[in-house]
Amino acid sequence: MATEQLMSTELLRLVTAGSVDDGKSTLIGRLLYDTKQIMVDQLEHIETTSKRRGDGYVNLALLTDGLRAEREQGITIDVAYRSFFTSRRRFQLADAPGHVQYTRNMVTGASTADVAVILVDARKGVVEQTRRHSYIAAVLAIPHVVFAVNKMDLVDFDEARFAEISEELRELADRLGIGDEVAVPISALRGDNVVDGSDAMPWHTGPTLLELLETVELTGDRNLDDRRFPVQWVIRPMSEEHHDYRGYAGQVAGGVWRAGDEVVVLPAGLRTRVAAVETADGPLDAAVPPQSVTIRLEDDLDVGRGDLLADPERPPAVTQELTATICWMSERPLAPRARLVAKQTTRSVRAIVGELESVVDIRTLADVATPERLDLNDIGRVRLRLAEPLAVDPYAANRTTGALILIDESTNETVAAGMVLEA
Amino acid sequence: MTSSTQPQLHLSHLDALEAEAVHIMRELAAELERPVLLFSGGKDSIVLLRLAEKAFRPGRFPFPIMHVDTGHNFPEVIEFRDRRVAELGETLVVASVQESIDRGRVVEETGPRASRNQLQTTTLLDAIEEHRFDAAIGGARRDEERSRAKERIFSFRDDFGQWNPRAQRPELWSLYNARVRRGEHVRVFPISNWTELDVWQYVAREQLELPGIYFSHEREVFRRDGMLYAASDVVERLPTEEPFTASVRFRTVGDMSCTGAVESTAATLEEVVAEIAATRVTERGETRADDRVSEAAMEDRKRVGYF
Ligand SMILES: Nc1nc2c(ncn2[C@@H]2O[C@H](COP(=O)(O)OP(=O)(O)O)[C@@H](O)[C@H]2O)c(=O)[nH]1
Repeated sequence: MATEQLMSTELLRLVTAGSVDDGKSTLIGRLLYDTKQIMVDQLEHIETTSKRRGDGYVNLALLTDGLRAEREQGITIDVAYRSFFTSRRRFQLADAPGHVQYTRNMVTGASTADVAVILVDARKGVVEQTRRHSYIAAVLAIPHVVFAVNKMDLVDFDEARFAEISEELRELADRLGIGDEVAVPISALRGDNVVDGSDAMPWHTGPTLLELLETVELTGDRNLDDRRFPVQWVIRPMSEEHHDYRGYAGQVAGGVWRAGDEVVVLPAGLRTRVAAVETADGPLDAAVPPQSVTIRLEDDLDVGRGDLLADPERPPAVTQELTATICWMSERPLAPRARLVAKQTTRSVRAIVGELESVVDIRTLADVATPERLDLNDIGRVRLRLAEPLAVDPYAANRTTGALILIDESTNETVAAGMVLEA
Repeated sequence: MTSSTQPQLHLSHLDALEAEAVHIMRELAAELERPVLLFSGGKDSIVLLRLAEKAFRPGRFPFPIMHVDTGHNFPEVIEFRDRRVAELGETLVVASVQESIDRGRVVEETGPRASRNQLQTTTLLDAIEEHRFDAAIGGARRDEERSRAKERIFSFRDDFGQWNPRAQRPELWSLYNARVRRGEHVRVFPISNWTELDVWQYVAREQLELPGIYFSHEREVFRRDGMLYAASDVVERLPTEEPFTASVRFRTVGDMSCTGAVESTAATLEEVVAEIAATRVTERGETRADDRVSEAAMEDRKRVGYF
């Protein structure tokens, strides 16, 4: 493979989820093994361990287990990040534990994912966990969901069984508003339809799991319509050479940025124009998400970290009150009137939780109105009052400017992930 | 005013990884009071320096650069360090393991397998305390070792410099919670999501200069436990460990006492990238004696505050 080709592959971030024993570890091991990412020393290591444990085969699941405590218990309890690549893409995989008590871990892994791969056991079909994982994928607005219907070997590779499960999955995805969803029949253990095709399932004419991951279209997932640029850092060299230089450094969160563009600085509302879009290497014609760049403005305004540069024709809401879906991540429950800090883009403001409007019953996915509190791993809708305004978009429109975390100042813990519904 | 030319929408994985790392650099600089960038002279920390340039130029780096010098470094690496820091015009702090030994903070190991690798931890933690650094930027990657796969990008250390894998903060989107109390500090790993190959590709793309030991060269080496080590004054050889000359390169540049070489004829960046892309053994498995000791070796060291 030519070096140039290797260097221009696209990055795809995926999260995997499944119930315990659905075969997630085996699937990831299989993906790594069949794409030849497993190094000799790693393979030797799992061969020895498989033998020691009395597994009758090289247990690919062992490739992905992590910390010592988890190895001892034989389960995955935290998000683990891994990489692999093919000639077409470079994959960044967040391996999230499946059990309900680790909902927050899946939310964490899902927050940055372009694609969710959700495991389904072909013998069991859609179960409560499948609904929960799909729900999280929908709430976190993961643009593409792939259902990997695993252990097809245990249902005799039966086409009708797969069709039945696919239908159930389609209904579930429709109900949750998942935009792009597809199911693939696989056997992670044997490798059918993971990287290579399957002789045992000639009826499956669609792509294998890896082919799907290699070809899913990602460019449309970014918001290229609404210009958003959270200012992270002000570059002011104050040197001889760059005497009057004042650049606003940050990562593009939306839209296409060019010199000459009209700008509104929020929350203040000042107006100016972009003088230049540049990086340390020089000027750019245009910058798009998620590039990290520096923007210079035509006028000398009071702009600093926490301000948002935006398109004045299509501005975000500037608000001191908003409704968000949150996933509660702390052992200590959330009660109304809690005082926390909300961090959104590069701005942190004090926040008071108002009413807890609803909590999701994770078994039925039904909303239960006005709960008294949110417990660890609960997902619910809350009202937040803010000490200072934030410039926000609905999360559905922008996964950067619509996202926030809540921090408990007494412990410094991150206690919730929030997705703005309306402001 | 929107011009009609189509923007370049396609970003390569290197562009995406670079954008993420630059974002992390700026975030930590903004949210922490006294960060420091740890520089080993190795390719990962050389990439960090370039990323810092991307994040802050034409301004100065908002942090000094610190090298934990074991006193057993490859001379080429020290020479490279001093030249690179001078070119950048930034501040260098050297924390010396030899000084820790002289001051009685640590006791030197002896014998053929002596290494100063373990001792670095004390020197590092002492330096962090002395300079009151609240953040140390490191070049660790999640693909290096299994316990790293679960470590956060902003990874907290308590008063004792310890990492507690059970009490990690959830890390969502690119919203980093960098809050620390007095006495605590945070290790920040901007290239967490990079692989060894990504690093080499980036070095090639950015035309970064590396110390010569990364490229194939003739060197006096000896064989131990199936690996090659540089023959030098700082490593005591067993009587059976006859030195010989071989064409080698290093995949990492740690302390001379525990960094193994690989036999290679790859003398240019292109050749090294091609060799890495085809390699079948992990970087650590191949060249770091310290990780071979036990399966959980890395995790144990990290718990006590290692890099
Ligand atoms: N028959 C069959 N067994 C599988 C398949 N995939 C995984 N398994 C087995 O299911 C069990 C659980 O797999 P594992 O990967 O550890 O599941 P995890 O808990 O989801 O990570 C193991 O005994 C695997 O060997 C498959 O495709 N077919």
